[in-house]
Amino acid sequence: MAASSDEEEDLVSYGRALPALHEGERLKKPVPLQEQTVKDAKGRYQRFHGAFTGGFSAGYFNTVGTKEGWTPSSFISSRQKRADKTVLGPEDFMDEEDLSEFGIAPKDITTTEDFASKSKDRIKEKARQLAGVVAAIPGTTAFDDLIGPSKITIGVELLRKMGWKEGQGIGPRIKRKPRRQKPDPQVKVYGCALPPGLSEGSEDEEDEYQPENVTFAPKDVMPVDLTPKENVHGLGYKGLDPTQALCGVPGREHLNLFPDSSEKTDDLLGDLRHTKGRKLGITGQAFGVGALEEEDDDIYATETLSKYDTILKDEEPGDGLYGWTAPKQYKSKKRFESEVKYIGKILDGFSLASKASTPNKTYPPPDLPRNYRPVHYFRPVLAAGSENCHLRKALEESTGKLESDTTQPSRHALNASQRGERLGETVLKGPAPSVLEYLSEKDRERLKEVRKASEQQMKVKMLPQQSPSSRFQPASAKDAPHKWQMFWAGQLANAGSSDFKPFAKNPEKQKRYESFVQSIKQGQKDTLEHCLDPNMTEWERGREQEEFFRAAMFYKSSNSVLSSRFTRAKYEDDIDKVEVPRDQENDIDDKESAVKMKMFGKLTRDKFEWHPEKLLCKRFNVPDPYPDSSIVGLPKVKRDKYSVFNFLTLTEPTTSVTQATNEGNQQSNTCDKPKKPSRWDVSDKEKEKKDSISEFISLARSKADAQQQPPAPKTEECITEANETPPSETTNEDKDQEEESRPSMDLFKAIFVSSSDEKSSSSEEESDEEPEPTVPAANPETAKQADIPDSSSSNVQANVATTTEPSLPLLPVLKKEPDVGEEFGPRLPPAFCSGRSCRLSVLNRKEKHKKNREKHRTKRDHKHKKEKKKKQKKHKTKGKHKNKKTEKDSSSDS
Amino acid sequence: DGNYCVTGGSDKTLKLWNPYKGTLLRSYLGHGYEVLDAAGSFDNSQLCSGSADKTVALWDVATGQAVRKFRGHAGKVNSVQFNEEATVIVSGSIDSSVRCWDCRSRRPEPVQVLDEAKDGVSSVKVSDHEILAGSVDGRVRRYDLRAGELYSDYVGSPVTCVCFTKDGQCVLVASLASPLRLLDKDTGEMLGEYCGHRSSACRLDCVLSERDAHVGCASEDGAVYLWDLVEGSLALRLPVGQGAVQALAFHPTRPVLLAATGGTLQLWDTGDTAGDTGG
Repeated sequence: MAASSDEEEDLVSYGRALPALHEGERLKKPVPLQEQTVKDAKGRYQRFHGAFTGGFSAGYFNTVGTKEGWTPSSFISSRQKRADKTVLGPEDFMDEEDLSEFGIAPKDITTTEDFASKSKDRIKEKARQLAGVVAAIPGTTAFDDLIGPSKITIGVELLRKMGWKEGQGIGPRIKRKPRRQKPDPQVKVYGCALPPGLSEGSEDEEDEYQPENVTFAPKDVMPVDLTPKENVHGLGYKGLDPTQALCGVPGREHLNLFPDSSEKTDDLLGDLRHTKGRKLGITGQAFGVGALEEEDDDIYATETLSKYDTILKDEEPGDGLYGWTAPKQYKSKKRFESEVKYIGKILDGFSLASKASTPNKTYPPPDLPRNYRPVHYFRPVLAAGSENCHLRKALEESTGKLESDTTQPSRHALNASQRGERLGETVLKGPAPSVLEYLSEKDRERLKEVRKASEQQMKVKMLPQQSPSSRFQPASAKDAPHKWQMFWAGQLANAGSSDFKPFAKNPEKQKRYESFVQSIKQGQKDTLEHCLDPNMTEWERGREQEEFFRAAMFYKSSNSVLSSRFTRAKYEDDIDKVEVPRDQENDIDDKESAVKMKMFGKLTRDKFEWHPEKLLCKRFNVPDPYPDSSIVGLPKVKRDKYSVFNFLTLTEPTTSVTQATNEGNQQSNTCDKPKKPSRWDVSDKEKEKKDSISEFISLARSKADAQQQPPAPKTEECITEANETPPSETTNEDKDQEEESRPSMDLFKAIFVSSSDEKSSSSEEESDEEPEPTVPAANPETAKQADIPDSSSSNVQANVATTTEPSLPLLPVLKKEPDVGEEFGPRLPPAFCSGRSCRLSVLNRKEKHKKNREKHRTKRDHKHKKEKKKKQKKHKTKGKHKNKKTEKDSSSDS
Repeated sequence: DGNYCVTGGSDKTLKLWNPYKGTLLRSYLGHGYEVLDAAGSFDNSQLCSGSADKTVALWDVATGQAVRKFRGHAGKVNSVQFNEEATVIVSGSIDSSVRCWDCRSRRPEPVQVLDEAKDGVSSVKVSDHEILAGSVDGRVRRYDLRAGELYSDYVGSPVTCVCFTKDGQCVLVASLASPLRLLDKDTGEMLGEYCGHRSSACRLDCVLSERDAHVGCASEDGAVYLWDLVEGSLALRLPVGQGAVQALAFHPTRPVLLAATGGTLQLWDTGDTAGDTGG
């Protein structure tokens, strides 16, 4: 037993053991075949019926129904679902058995054709070969090979990606003499005919000199044919080669084992050519010489022993292909090649060099520095544009304006022209984005100087006056406006002001202004002082100076910004269009002169090609002049579009310096989201600035109050005047703004003032020499609001008229009012209640009033500061926010 | 028109008159603002008018109804004109475009928009194959449909009125603050110059007499000036009224001149006052 158990352990058991027989149990009778039934997974009998496979189970348990019986699936209206109606394929009608392994559409994982190796479809190959033979023109299928994009398997593709080429072997590159593989298509064609050894033997005819360091791909190894022998032919038997038989190359390859290699290649290449002239005949070993065959020499040709090598020689190094049986030619050639490296026809007069020429001397590359990194990175180019940018930034920094810009991402800080500059585009000719662009280096330097000097000067001037209010005001905010002014002064330096006379009504002042501008142009430092009237008070001078700045600024803004944005139709072609007519009406200037000389004709005439609409021609009963053109109108050409906003981003501050506050109120209800935050930023800044100005003014006023009584009541009066209409904020501000921006008001009116009555009122104001009396009248809301104030104010005005000092020039005083008014008008709501009573009261009450006001002002200042902080956080909604804030302020205060 | 005349008024109506009798035949209501220009078709069956409400209207004379209203101009329509067969209305507007409206189809948009002008188009005239447009940008543009070309003549000052001569060879151009000029249509050369009238701000009409013998032009001093076309000398000065002469029309065949000023329309017949009608 032990032995048997041992044996059992050694044995390998296959299959399942039969159940052990219990004693007393009878052997079961095997189930007869007719009673064996096939059941499917669900235990159903499988019978042969069904549509597709003769599917074993059709329907539901071999009924025609479904699980649900005949109840159709719930009706779904195809009206909405029409689009996603699925197309039913045959699979939808199949049972799951059909899709199983033995079904008609088995779903299992198979290698796709991409991954399958070629050898699999041997049947196909065979069929192809057969077709090639049988075809009327033998070898036509070869062209299929050539032409048809034979599918490349993934493996081949991968190999190719790794650098493999067809005909090469696989493996690491070898340093040895090349074994050139000829990827000869012809070989492929006749591949079945040629024994592989021969095709290889034909190679290496010309072995050339190869440099040492060249590696070669390994030789392609012919895979060992592992086809099992299935037939009963003798070993090495080859049936009649149909190609040879048909093409009439009678067994030549078989017999001439070592023919001339050249001859062989000839054979290879020119097989067809050879056979062309020959008659077709069936020749071959098996058949013997055909009756039509003339030469029968081959048949009985014997392979003589003399053709074999009889002597063992040492093998060629690294050449495993040819052993001692290598053909003679090959060997001799090898030897020859070692002697002479150049084979070819040597020209007359030339002889082969005995030794190789010395190779060209090579110089080693320069030593790289240690910290060299072989990556090039672009340094920001400090071109003129960016420099300007820096300069501007520096300027803005000093004015405290920077934060509005720096909060923007730097990419957007660049404008299109700068970007273009970086990209190396040619600069477009157009209105220059900034005046600074034009400034020379020297001018810029001077500008800075002027600024610095004036700052100091201002500080000195301000210091004594500062003290009372300095606790409320940060110093930087105080001299901000002056820096600002200086900055603008610099910009103004080359803005010609020949045609701009903001103070035309006061020739003396105009003269002063002109000299002021002139001196700014020349970059003089103490420009402001000496061009102002010497017999004016200091405060007046300050006012006038500011006025001049503002005027000049406005001129500047109107000059560059607006003129660049709005073109005069008569002289300018609209350049902002994307498509412009191909033919531009040419230069106006010569035409103008021609018109002046009354030389009409060619000079004044432009002739363009113009394509009328076809229908228009039809309606006019005129044949279409351009029947086959689709163009209508003037032929257009694409042109660069440069957006208006390019200009805005740069020069925006100029437009909105004083406009913005007004605009903010005006537009806050219309456009909730300002497109350009910078605009609003500036407005905020401007308010800030004005605050400081107002501070300054109030200081000066208090001083003046002490010194000379007359001007003080006047300013007071105008303040109350302005204060009496706080609810009508926008209109009031409009008015103020208009008065202030007197120089370029027409422009602003044209652009910004929307309603017509505002316009009319402002024009009225303008026509008036004195804005004061017209204020209540011009402002309908004001008039409506308070009749009493009207009369009272006019009373006071009468007073004012009498109290004005004769020595004092009238206009400057008047000029300054709007500023004050602007300052106090909308923002001091308590004046609404208190101002009315105050107006009728005597002057001594006004002192109190002023205090009151100042309190408010400080409050406001604080709020501004707060807002400023907020601004930095979210500067997008700043404008809106700001407006709301001010409104809230006023409402809460009142 | 010959027999009738049409006036467009600031009372938003279009009125059809018999100028000889001075009777109002019909008035056409429908414009939203004052009517700036009107023209009649060749068969007197239709009228077209351009208004400050930016529309061009096509009226049926008999029924007094507005057949079509063409909207598309962005500004006041300064001038309207039918083509010869009354199939197209050409309108020039202050929005610096000339639009050609199709009267036949129901298309709401213009057949073609001629937007070459750089400023408002003040005057449009149409011949059988040409559209003449005078613009405030100081150019007279002639669109030649037959040749497919656009001729642009520069005259230097805002053009107020243009018109073809009857022979179609020349173009008469009136522009602000400058004499009337007679330009050769083909070359653009100036053939004649007529000065003496006053034209500084208003849009004034100029006309040519029925046989191209005289050039007429309205003036701001309340007179109509007539010059001899060839000699260029002032032939006649008709004192029409006090204010500027707003419109001027010459009878196509007879020497009758129609002038509108200050709410009245006056008909002048070869120098003799024939009658006037209250507007």
